[in-house]
Amino acid sequence: METTDKHPLNNAFLNALDKSPMDKNKIAIVSGIGCTGRVAGYVNLDSFHTTHGRALPFAEGLKAASPDTKVVVFTGDGDLMSIGGNHFIHAGRKNMDLMVICVNNLNYAMTGGQVSATTPQRAITATAPYGSFCEPFNLPFLAETVGAVYVARWTVYHVREMQKAMSEALNKKGFSFIEIMSPCPTLFERRNKMGSALTRMKFYKENTKVENNADTRNTKISLNDPFTVGKFVDIEGKKTYLEAMNSYYDEAFQSDDEYMRYRGLAQKNYEEGCLND
Amino acid sequence: MKSDPRGVLTGVHYIDGDHAACEGALAAGCRYVAGYPITPSTEVVERFAMRIPHIGGIFMQMEDEIASSIALQGAVWGGAKAMTVTSGPGFSLMMEHIGLAVMTETPCVFVNVQRGGPSTGLPTLPAQSDMMQARWGSHGDYEIIALSPNSSQECFDLMITAFNLSERFRVPVMFMMDECVGHMTEKVVIPEADKIEIFERKYTKKKPSEYKPYEPVKDLIPEMAEIGKGYKFHITGLTHDERGYPAMNEENQHKLVSRLMDKIRNYKKEIIMIEEDGLNNADVAVVSYGITSRIAEKAMIDARKMGIKVGKARLKTIWPFADEYINTLSKKVKAIVVPELNAGQIVREVERAARGNCNIISVPHFGGTVHKPEVILAAIKEGAQSGNNR
Repeated sequence: METTDKHPLNNAFLNALDKSPMDKNKIAIVSGIGCTGRVAGYVNLDSFHTTHGRALPFAEGLKAASPDTKVVVFTGDGDLMSIGGNHFIHAGRKNMDLMVICVNNLNYAMTGGQVSATTPQRAITATAPYGSFCEPFNLPFLAETVGAVYVARWTVYHVREMQKAMSEALNKKGFSFIEIMSPCPTLFERRNKMGSALTRMKFYKENTKVENNADTRNTKISLNDPFTVGKFVDIEGKKTYLEAMNSYYDEAFQSDDEYMRYRGLAQKNYEEGCLND
Repeated sequence: MKSDPRGVLTGVHYIDGDHAACEGALAAGCRYVAGYPITPSTEVVERFAMRIPHIGGIFMQMEDEIASSIALQGAVWGGAKAMTVTSGPGFSLMMEHIGLAVMTETPCVFVNVQRGGPSTGLPTLPAQSDMMQARWGSHGDYEIIALSPNSSQECFDLMITAFNLSERFRVPVMFMMDECVGHMTEKVVIPEADKIEIFERKYTKKKPSEYKPYEPVKDLIPEMAEIGKGYKFHITGLTHDERGYPAMNEENQHKLVSRLMDKIRNYKKEIIMIEEDGLNNADVAVVSYGITSRIAEKAMIDARKMGIKVGKARLKTIWPFADEYINTLSKKVKAIVVPELNAGQIVREVERAARGNCNIISVPHFGGTVHKPEVILAAIKEGAQSGNNR
């Protein structure tokens, strides 16, 4: 897989793709706006760079029309959970078959380091110059609550674990969510005197506790305290939005009703019927 | 290409404009709608939600109009013909994504069943006060297509045109109804599928290695690529080059934005539709659109009984504006009367196009109901008394 970006996170994703037996033509990337928003432009796949906060609903339409495409949403904490929070909770509730990778750097970095929905309390940002006083979102807890079938959190230090999580999520049907903690050394770490990128990597190494199946109520992130990483949720058998719709209509419409089982809208899908069980 | 008969409800129906618009979309091949309930447009999506499981498509009720207005674009890139349906407040929420559709050249249809504003305004009552918003609502320079039907039959017919134009020019088409047209029940004749002409999306037949998503081809309208076929194309709302990748500088901005505008401006003759009557030797022309054109008919009948030579030019296409047509008309008549359910929006365009050639009389109405024919009649009488410019 070709890439111009050497960020460990992209490498992990691309390695996961390389190892996957999936047809690369059938994988699409959707991103919004922000530091992670540009990922769509760094991969040699069908890719869509949309508007700020709205990668999820774009991806939902794309997936609905082309169900045989694996749709991956690359996003950040500002894009996904600040401006786009409403879409997140509904995409989870409906179990949209999307793989969501959220790179959480605890602030709006591309615009100069402003406070976001995940900025820890007391952290200093450009728009919270005396420190943030609001409770941040705990993303794994939120993702589990709204119905995600797969929830994991790793840091950019945890390259192998991150790659494994991405491989698992690529093969998962339903709304899967991976949070990747990433430093923003030029803005967030500098303002909060947390040292260089390397210092932060050491922090991720020494101050994270791996706890698979941890209770996500306890996975909150605060400014300088250790935090929990791991795979927290992995549920099988929950119907995706399209599966739920088809199986519901299969029962709801009597056999003498003229009902056409939904098979996607790309020309090819009509012919071959990719939503056949 | 002929319409897919599964979506065509051939026969004679007695339905309102909202229902007819839905049937028009189905006949045009629309198989994906994302929407959010809002009066007075909701009947369009309600009918779609009821009909679509029997046709083979999908309706997704989204969490808001922002989501609806981009989910449909995802669906288009996934291979669907798609629309979203809303009214004033929802239309306001959709503005950013109209710009995205323009920039990424995503063919789709936005329906706005207009109600009184500003803000929550008059949810159940008519207006035509979003006409300028349809043209200028998203930031940046662009050209757009907007159509305005005036009957249930035209909601059906013109909706098919809306989809065809969106595919032909790869541009979002604004379908500007109003509460009256949306809720007025009339006879609608739906022809057989093989009588309905559909513009098929132009997917590239080039090899992936030779394909550039925004290659400036001769007619300025690039070919789309099908998802999942190995083209590995990139689509962005950023200023991009012909490969589709961000290229943010003056040169690319000029190239891209001028093409986006020229691909509409150069084809105005294909896009602009005007219904005219009685304009030969007319002293006064009534330029109107949507429900107001129906009221103007009554005023014109009364004016003719009084011996006034009055004709009409009904704009079915609002944007791009019929500059040349109005300019020519303005040289032939003493006055142009422009009634509309707003404070005077399209009359500004008429004034601009007429360049002072004749008297322009605005007949504004803030909405809530339609004009009284007498008010339009009084304007026609005033126009007939204008100084002769011929």
